[in-house]
Amino acid sequence: MSSDDSEQFGFDTRAIHAGQRPEPTSGARAVPIFQTASYVFEDSEAAAAYFNLQEYGNTYSRIMNPTVAAFEERVANLEGAAGGVAFASGLAAQAAVFATIFEPGDHLVVSSALYGGTITQVKHLTRKLSIELTFVDPDDLEAWRGAIKDNTKALFAETIGNPAGNVLDIAAVAEIAHDRDTPLIVDNTFATPSLCRPIEWGADIVVNSATKFIGGHGTSIGGVVVESGVFDWSNGRFPVVADPSPAYHGLAFHETFGVYGLLMKLRAETLRDLGACLSPFNAFLFLQGLETLSLRMDRHVENALATATWLSHRSDVERVTYPGLDESVYRPLVERYLPRGAGAVYSFDLPGGRQAGGRFIEALDLWSHLANVGDAKSLVLHPASTTHRQLSDEELVRAGIGPGTIRLSVGLEDIEDLLRDLEQGLEAVGREGARA
Amino acid sequence: MTARRYQDPDVIRKVLHEARTIAVVGLSPNELRASNFVGFYLRRHGYHVIPVNPRADEVLGERSYPRLADIPEPVDIVNVFRAPDAVPEIAQEAFEIGAKMLWLQFGVISPEGAEIAERGGLNVVMDRCLKVEHARWLGRMHWLGFNTHRVTSRRASAV
Repeated sequence: MSSDDSEQFGFDTRAIHAGQRPEPTSGARAVPIFQTASYVFEDSEAAAAYFNLQEYGNTYSRIMNPTVAAFEERVANLEGAAGGVAFASGLAAQAAVFATIFEPGDHLVVSSALYGGTITQVKHLTRKLSIELTFVDPDDLEAWRGAIKDNTKALFAETIGNPAGNVLDIAAVAEIAHDRDTPLIVDNTFATPSLCRPIEWGADIVVNSATKFIGGHGTSIGGVVVESGVFDWSNGRFPVVADPSPAYHGLAFHETFGVYGLLMKLRAETLRDLGACLSPFNAFLFLQGLETLSLRMDRHVENALATATWLSHRSDVERVTYPGLDESVYRPLVERYLPRGAGAVYSFDLPGGRQAGGRFIEALDLWSHLANVGDAKSLVLHPASTTHRQLSDEELVRAGIGPGTIRLSVGLEDIEDLLRDLEQGLEAVGREGARA
Repeated sequence: MTARRYQDPDVIRKVLHEARTIAVVGLSPNELRASNFVGFYLRRHGYHVIPVNPRADEVLGERSYPRLADIPEPVDIVNVFRAPDAVPEIAQEAFEIGAKMLWLQFGVISPEGAEIAERGGLNVVMDRCLKVEHARWLGRMHWLGFNTHRVTSRRASAV
């Protein structure tokens, strides 16, 4: 084995180094921010070769950028993928995957316990693009199997469901998908590659919202798609990927680029046409986050488990959904897929419903009331009135959200301070209840 | 199943540095075929690319030969874009013309062909793309977000 083969390096070393070599001109040790829209060609032959994809070269930062590429390769390396393509947001990354592998008349099967923004996205994007959509209970393997039809082109789920904490049986769902020559797409945002690498369990495409734990600082919006390179896009079911492309002068991406075919198409066609590129500066900030990913995830998990345990012992709290708790129904799946911890986002219910939820959040001083997760700062949200507001009551129930459900994203602060603030929030709810 | 023994990075890097002449068996004149992409790329990076294709007279501006045995000069790498069942015969010919390496592209998996070549003293790479490996070790694969599987703090040289 070669001394610089990344396979012999541990996760933390790769989180710091993969995707970057000190560049030849300046020797800069940090990844430079290539804040440029475009790139000067060496000569006309080089320009033509870049646009024809005959040579790896930079043309325009909507399609590729060296700072963004360092981020893409680092995430791909950490996820065990063939490569990655970054996007302006996690939702843009998902939309790009759908736009690349779906055609009108195809069918998508998704978990019903997803981030509200994703539910809204798949529901309305598929309708507008004439793609059929089926929601299934992610815990029900027979439901996944039964939902697949001849025109099904992908299954989609989250490693850890938002916000109800369903843990996906990745290997089982991947096998169900592969039995029907269909890829499994997993949103790994809540686990990050530090806690789970879905490709190792059979997932074909993994999407991450980098805005969350990957960045870890809540400063930047971004997303990234990685692909294993294993799925056979030439199996006859994906002419939109395998056939000569009318969007790239007849190029057959999978045949020409092999394991890199889908990624090349995702970049050279979908990113080119959707235009939702990640900015070099945001990529730089995400790279800073990745350097400390597993250190931060360990602390996030520690604080999440401590708060969830504390809440689960309170009589004024119902149903703490943290899958890392011993009593969680997902415990066996956590042991298999998330041995380092079940993430740091979960929910609990207040018996007083919507009103108690609002009172609790307003009483908190340290936890920030906002719509985001995966920040160093601890965050709190009432999904029914915010992130999942566009969902019907029935969809809320399917997503595991009640009127009094509170979602927490547990940050890196001192645990005593987090618990003290939760306690005074719960006491405020209790006082209100006593007055009523 | 492809054995890692035919994908040794040390063997790959050595041959990328030392080879000059590459015979591409199955090099298509169609600019949209993978073999044409690879031939174009290798020529751009200074290798002497010799097409071996009985159905073409000329590819990428170079004279095409029907068989390896027809090539009138020494060949370092025989790079194969053919179905696996054609490989044993190509491996035998590669040995007979004194080539140093048999390189089988993505999906061209032939343990029998590999054995023939190895018995003749050739190095073998299987189920790997010559263009991708060049771009990984010497080129610019990292510019498009692909996983080069490399970790190093040594300063890169200009490409």
